[in-house]
Amino acid sequence: MTVLELSRWQFGITTVYHFIFVPLTIGLSLVVACMQTAWLIRKDPVYLRMTKFFGKIFLINFAVGVVTGIVQEFQFGMNWSAYSQFVGNVFGAPLAMEALLAFFMESTFIGLWIFGWNRLSPRVHLATIWVAAIGTSLSAYFILAANSWMQHPVGYKVIPGTHKVVLTSIWALLTNSTALAAWPHVFFASLVVTGGVLIAVCAWHVARNNQLEVFRRGLRIGLALTLAAGIVTAVTGDIQARLMDSQQPMKMAAAEALYNTSDSASFSLFTIGSLNGSKELWSIRVPDLLSLIATLNPHGTVQGINNVEAAYAKKYGPGQYKPIIPVTYWAFRLMAGLGLLAALLAAAGLWLTRRRRIPRSRWFYRVALWGLALPYLATTTGWIFTEMGRQPWTVFGLLTTAQSVSAGVTASSVIISLTVFTLLYAGLAAIAGWLMVRHVKEGAPVEAEQPGAPEPLPVFQY
Amino acid sequence: MNLATFWFILIAVLWSGYFVLEGFDFGVGILLPFLGRDDTERRVLVNTIGPVWDGNEVWLLTAGGATFAAFPLWYASMFSGFYLALLLILAALIVRGVCFEFRSKVDSPRWRASWDRAIFAGSALPALLWGVAFANIVRGVPLNAQHVYTGNLLTLLNWYGLLGGLVTLSLFTLHGAIFLGLRTTGELRRRAKRAATGTALAAVPLAAIFLAVTQVSHGKPATDVTAALAAVALIGGAAAALRGREGWAFVGTALTLVLAVATLFGDLWPNVFPSSTSAAYSLTVNNASSAHYTLVVMSWVAVIFTPVVLAYQGWSYWVFRQRLSPSDIGSKQTPPVSGPDTMKSVGGRS
Repeated sequence: MTVLELSRWQFGITTVYHFIFVPLTIGLSLVVACMQTAWLIRKDPVYLRMTKFFGKIFLINFAVGVVTGIVQEFQFGMNWSAYSQFVGNVFGAPLAMEALLAFFMESTFIGLWIFGWNRLSPRVHLATIWVAAIGTSLSAYFILAANSWMQHPVGYKVIPGTHKVVLTSIWALLTNSTALAAWPHVFFASLVVTGGVLIAVCAWHVARNNQLEVFRRGLRIGLALTLAAGIVTAVTGDIQARLMDSQQPMKMAAAEALYNTSDSASFSLFTIGSLNGSKELWSIRVPDLLSLIATLNPHGTVQGINNVEAAYAKKYGPGQYKPIIPVTYWAFRLMAGLGLLAALLAAAGLWLTRRRRIPRSRWFYRVALWGLALPYLATTTGWIFTEMGRQPWTVFGLLTTAQSVSAGVTASSVIISLTVFTLLYAGLAAIAGWLMVRHVKEGAPVEAEQPGAPEPLPVFQY
Repeated sequence: MNLATFWFILIAVLWSGYFVLEGFDFGVGILLPFLGRDDTERRVLVNTIGPVWDGNEVWLLTAGGATFAAFPLWYASMFSGFYLALLLILAALIVRGVCFEFRSKVDSPRWRASWDRAIFAGSALPALLWGVAFANIVRGVPLNAQHVYTGNLLTLLNWYGLLGGLVTLSLFTLHGAIFLGLRTTGELRRRAKRAATGTALAAVPLAAIFLAVTQVSHGKPATDVTAALAAVALIGGAAAALRGREGWAFVGTALTLVLAVATLFGDLWPNVFPSSTSAAYSLTVNNASSAHYTLVVMSWVAVIFTPVVLAYQGWSYWVFRQRLSPSDIGSKQTPPVSGPDTMKSVGGRS
């Protein structure tokens, strides 16, 4: 394999892996903050037990998210130095802002929250988790603004003859329509993932009649969160689809494997056969749906892959301008389908647990547990669709992936790093997963509290 | 002073902050197996940096992000050039980062001993490699006309680079020993003092030789002054540590690290990443920097938000200023449940 292919695999593996942990960090920081707030307002010790129980899951998850995030920032320079030289003027700004404005806040206040239980007053301690949660979401915004610039570059100009872009408006970059649509989509998808974790964890205990005062309530919270956030994620995804149709028509066409421009384009739920534009063997199609998604008009025109490619060849010179169609086609379906399925199952779960009912069927608990895979697969395939659908570009219309790779890095170096990261990450995943399962099985014990110690004791959390 | 030079100084400030802050938590990690004789003692040591190590590490990410934004060519050449060295640092930081969180989660001696070894390795390796990297940056590395690094990992392991590595390793260890003297009590504090004395015997001569060699081959009058002050601060800090004045000793080693970074960056200027192949191929403050507009935007962001960051990080250090001792761990009780009004939870975790 070439340095380019190896570097792409490494970026794909490290990024997908990093994003396994990110959504739960975003969502669970907020959910834990809400639980702690509920405890302080209602003085109900069940909420304290929830806060501590889910807080610990949050921290195990957060640790892996943080350490894999460092790699993300470094590998732009390590593996994609030509990209870094080309875009540093523009792309470096949101990354540096993320570190200074958001990541410092997140890390410092999470430290204060973990260790501050009896060193800070209850209100100040509550504030630390809220600040950390806000820092986390702010951090996501800066990263999505940087990514959105790659999908839909704004606020820049190309300096003729230097092969470099420079920033002309930071405001345009931070209010990029692509970023404004992507952030809510990612944010609510993160809440769906969090809801899925609450459902799986709580259902496991409810099935065993453990600590129902905590886990029945947690289950209902998880189901409601998954349903509500799932609906908003679908709506924001729909808004993104229309932006994508105008900003990256190739990606829209590749999502459906639509080769020729059509009016009243149908949307296939499932296709058997090759997706290379020849006649498919069998498919289930919904008439007019693709036109409706892309243009809000059932008879609207959706451009086809061949037509877009011809237009690009005219604009950017001869070359291949389509992504790997089976990847985009199936990633798009899995993202939307699995995400919607999670929301539908949550709706059914809410019905089955109405008015303090506890379902008896073993199927309820099996689905609740294994359904956890749905939102995780949906967020993963969502990113695979977004990033693979942009190919062959790293920065749409400006720089291709092949032009982005580091000049001085050898294939053997990348083989070493790819191996190290893959093995290290697999090991971390196994350990973190094992620790979480172990913690979950221990349940949420009644919190021991010491009434009115005169001097706050030093805190040992590690 | 132009904006590019302002950013060069700001990046030096970020690296100083990183070395002063993560420097001591690297030191604590390195000393962990030597100073902590049982699990309780090692828990005390880990908990001295528990609330702050993650915030300390963000200084590195900010330095990286600032280099990307302000000097994209420097970022691109350095990070791709030092590929395998950075891989080692990243792997070490990854392992070390999860260690702190994972170590406490299972109450088994074997589990904890494994993580203790990982904390040691994950702290010692970057402590050494940052010095190797910075010494090589000052010395100059083979760069071609496109500013692409043409050496390999072994190119960096020259005697001057390795000397630089030993300097950061010993300085961070000393800095960590002094920090532990400030944050512990009793027997641990006495051991930390002994460790500081021992490490100082290595750190002082190593740093003095490194600074002298650096100034002879790359020095300027202004950096001769900072290098001399760094040496004075280090000797003063070591002397204070010897006399048990931990506060002053910590100020001394912190100043040493700041002044040493100032010396190295001062020696570099106006280069940022000098080429040993030909001076014409060097990356400089001017040919590596971003365009004016990006620098203006980032300057406003830095001027407004750096004080905010310093304020809340300072507050966090203030909150956790209390000394820790093994007897505090034994004070866990399980009294009856009560409402949030009387909340003085002992944590319930172990």
